Amino acid sequence: MSTTADLHIHNPVEDVLRKERIPTIWCPGCGIGTTVNSFAAALLGQDIDLKKTAIVSGIGCSGRVSGYMALDSFHTTHGRAIPFATGLKLANPELNVIVYSGDGDLTSIGGNHLIHAARRNMDIMVVCVNNMIYAMTGGQAAATTPGNSITTTSPFGSFEPEICLPQLVDAAGAVFVARWTAYHVKQLERTMAKALKKKGFRFIEVLTPCPTLYQRRNNMGDGLAAMVDYKNRSKIRNGAPTYEVALEPGGEIVVGEFVDREREDYLTRMRRQLGTNYSELPPQPEEEEQEGCCSSC
Amino acid sequence: MLKEIRIAGFGGQGVILSAHILGRAVSIHEGGFATMTQNYGPEARGGAASAALVISDQPVLFPYVSNPDILVVMSQEAFTRYTPELKEGGVLIVEEDLVRMENVPQHIKVYSIPATRFAEELGKKMVLNVVMVGFFCAITEAVSYDACRKAVIDSVPEKFQKLNLDAFENGYGFGKNLLAKGPSKEEDTEPVSVLESAS
Amino acid sequence: MMHADPNCVLTGTHFMNGDAACCEGAIAAGARFAAGYPITPSTEVVERFAARVPKIGGIFIQMEDELAASITLQGMVWAGAKSFTVTSGPGYSLMMEHIGFAAMTETPCVFVNVQRGGPSTGLPTLPAQGDMMQARFGSHGDYSTISLVPNSPQECFSLTVKAFNLAEKFRVPVMFMMDECVGHMTEKVVIPDAKEIEVTPRRHASKPPSEFLLFEPGEELVPEMAHAGEGYKVYVTGLTHDKRGYPLMNPASQKELIPRLFEKISRAADELTIVESEGLEDADVVVVSYGITSRVAQRAIEMARAKGLKVGKLRLICVWPFPEKLIRELAPKVKALVMPELNMGQVVIELERCAGGQCKVISVPHPGGTVHKPADILAAIERGAQ
Repeated sequence: MSTTADLHIHNPVEDVLRKERIPTIWCPGCGIGTTVNSFAAALLGQDIDLKKTAIVSGIGCSGRVSGYMALDSFHTTHGRAIPFATGLKLANPELNVIVYSGDGDLTSIGGNHLIHAARRNMDIMVVCVNNMIYAMTGGQAAATTPGNSITTTSPFGSFEPEICLPQLVDAAGAVFVARWTAYHVKQLERTMAKALKKKGFRFIEVLTPCPTLYQRRNNMGDGLAAMVDYKNRSKIRNGAPTYEVALEPGGEIVVGEFVDREREDYLTRMRRQLGTNYSELPPQPEEEEQEGCCSSC
Repeated sequence: MLKEIRIAGFGGQGVILSAHILGRAVSIHEGGFATMTQNYGPEARGGAASAALVISDQPVLFPYVSNPDILVVMSQEAFTRYTPELKEGGVLIVEEDLVRMENVPQHIKVYSIPATRFAEELGKKMVLNVVMVGFFCAITEAVSYDACRKAVIDSVPEKFQKLNLDAFENGYGFGKNLLAKGPSKEEDTEPVSVLESAS
Repeated sequence: MMHADPNCVLTGTHFMNGDAACCEGAIAAGARFAAGYPITPSTEVVERFAARVPKIGGIFIQMEDELAASITLQGMVWAGAKSFTVTSGPGYSLMMEHIGFAAMTETPCVFVNVQRGGPSTGLPTLPAQGDMMQARFGSHGDYSTISLVPNSPQECFSLTVKAFNLAEKFRVPVMFMMDECVGHMTEKVVIPDAKEIEVTPRRHASKPPSEFLLFEPGEELVPEMAHAGEGYKVYVTGLTHDKRGYPLMNPASQKELIPRLFEKISRAADELTIVESEGLEDADVVVVSYGITSRVAQRAIEMARAKGLKVGKLRLICVWPFPEKLIRELAPKVKALVMPELNMGQVVIELERCAGGQCKVISVPHPGGTVHKPADILAAIERGAQ
């Protein structure tokens, strides 16, 4: 680290990183750092108040992202980043709240929260780093693991179908849904920048290689081989219906911005519907007195 | 003096609110102590409803009522279920049009009122519970007229205040008249004359 | 010390149930945010909160489950709010992981548990005190926290305020252990003038971001807190962490952090010995109880005194931390300690430990669903007096 500083080489995104926390825990060839680079660039390229920006993660390799960002960082419990983020947003609507976590965390143990935050159109942005495996715990099958993959808990090949995340969050009501791979760093940055500026529940899936625990066991080569694979298999189809973007083992990887629509977010709708029943501040004295008990007894 | 009271009927009659008014009267307007509990069942509406009220001049320690001194019943089911629990010499208050009394133990005193008809006369069947409160107040003297009246006022929305006070007065007046005559027996309830005497 | 906001406090004399009073206590204490999930017999608290807070600048959100509710409230706290959640048995079990998270991250908040009969779905509409050990030890790992137990709607108000105040003072999740009986019981509740209600403010960062360490033990071993959006770039993790809040996973960092989480509570043992006692001086038998059981116990005590027995009363208002010193002093002076509980004998284990064999300890267990018969407690008193 000190050598970098001595040479006065400035990493263009270091202003949003906790430099003292680096190097990261991620393996060589891992795609998580690549996504963080795109994310950091997107953050810096925007007119966003970083002091009012919080990042929340769950547990797992991608769950460590929050801790490398020089923002308000929350590393919560497994699967529960979204409800924690919901609490932050509700109690301080000025905050930009980003959830950054992995596929197992967000879609399996936290799957219910993902659905309901999308349904509520909670004004948070969710980045789901999908490496198709439980990596932190040593490479077990996930809800996102493509069929017939070898994992430590499916040693003879997994035989569960994988979940299609864009379709799921689209159906649940997300206003912005996109997918890229770790190969598409520029596209990812642009999509993240766009999503950062949008209001409502935004979901970005990023496919990333896990050379150590997924690629290796399935004879898919190293991180670089994964990039080649992503390059060859990806097809950009912005606006594609999300029911057409399911991932098939070895098949086409449909990437792009699939959904970009307008829908009232949770707080806007809450304020509109509550009307005069909602007040940012308590009523001043001498206003109507509330009856103490009958409503609830 | 500690008194245990149960009020029972079916959902929608305002059973809970009537216990609430009495408890409020005792604990807020009379400076005594009152503890109200209610039975919760999985059935939300239309099923049995029952509230228990313990009133005392001392803090209430034991919250539940198993053998009440006073039982108010507003449905046949409530009558059948709770009458055997009444204390020796207890008081039974009955909505007479909704309950056909059978096998009433000799030791208890029975007071009946066609509370629903009183309420209908006032144009709102809903206030039968407040008619009952007025009647209860007159018959038992467990809680004073003034305290009860105040509790009625602060338990109902303002626009229904007059209606509820009328209901309370009707029940109370009927009770006082009845007391002058003594406890009723099944056979001598005369509903028509009853309504006249109350107005 | 601050006071409650007069524009939000329902000052007056009410005839109100315990659940409603708990809600009013939370509002008086400054809670404007809550996350919950419906469960009998606790739901009335959040129903009332949902009706009350929009007009005073607050939000109630009904989450998709208790796991969500119990962490959403912590997001609210880290955004600067006072927040809480309310649940009962099954939901409380689901919240356990986040009670541990709150303990580890020193997030001041309140978990209200309106206890019902268990285990599992048990008796949804009937009382028990079966979650007392769970309140103390329910989450994995070692932590210390505070549990208050009210025995009337009036205390559901006043002790809820206290629960919030203690949460802020010690930066712990405080367990507010009601039960179905107290929650659904309606009695007179006096809500004082706002200026008579003391409210403990957050221990907010007193230093600028450049000098501030998020988990540096401050006064009374409790760190100061900075919120998201204030420029402090807080780092909060459930991992064992250093003073900056950064993960640091080794025996030394564990040793620096975890004992402090205990010590900030244990050094306040006297302050947290919150009891109501009577006639302890010359008692042969002392009935030790808490919550709704203490009221039934009181009746048994009166019955025993009428029989000429010398009986004292010790009601635990704060059950955790357990008033260890008090029991150690009391045990050698009496023949017996009698403890009725609406469970098969939970807190009595701690009572027995602290009594240390110096007197008889008689448990009066009850599986719940109703309260004890005073006669059963009386019988235990008589046994103890022999």
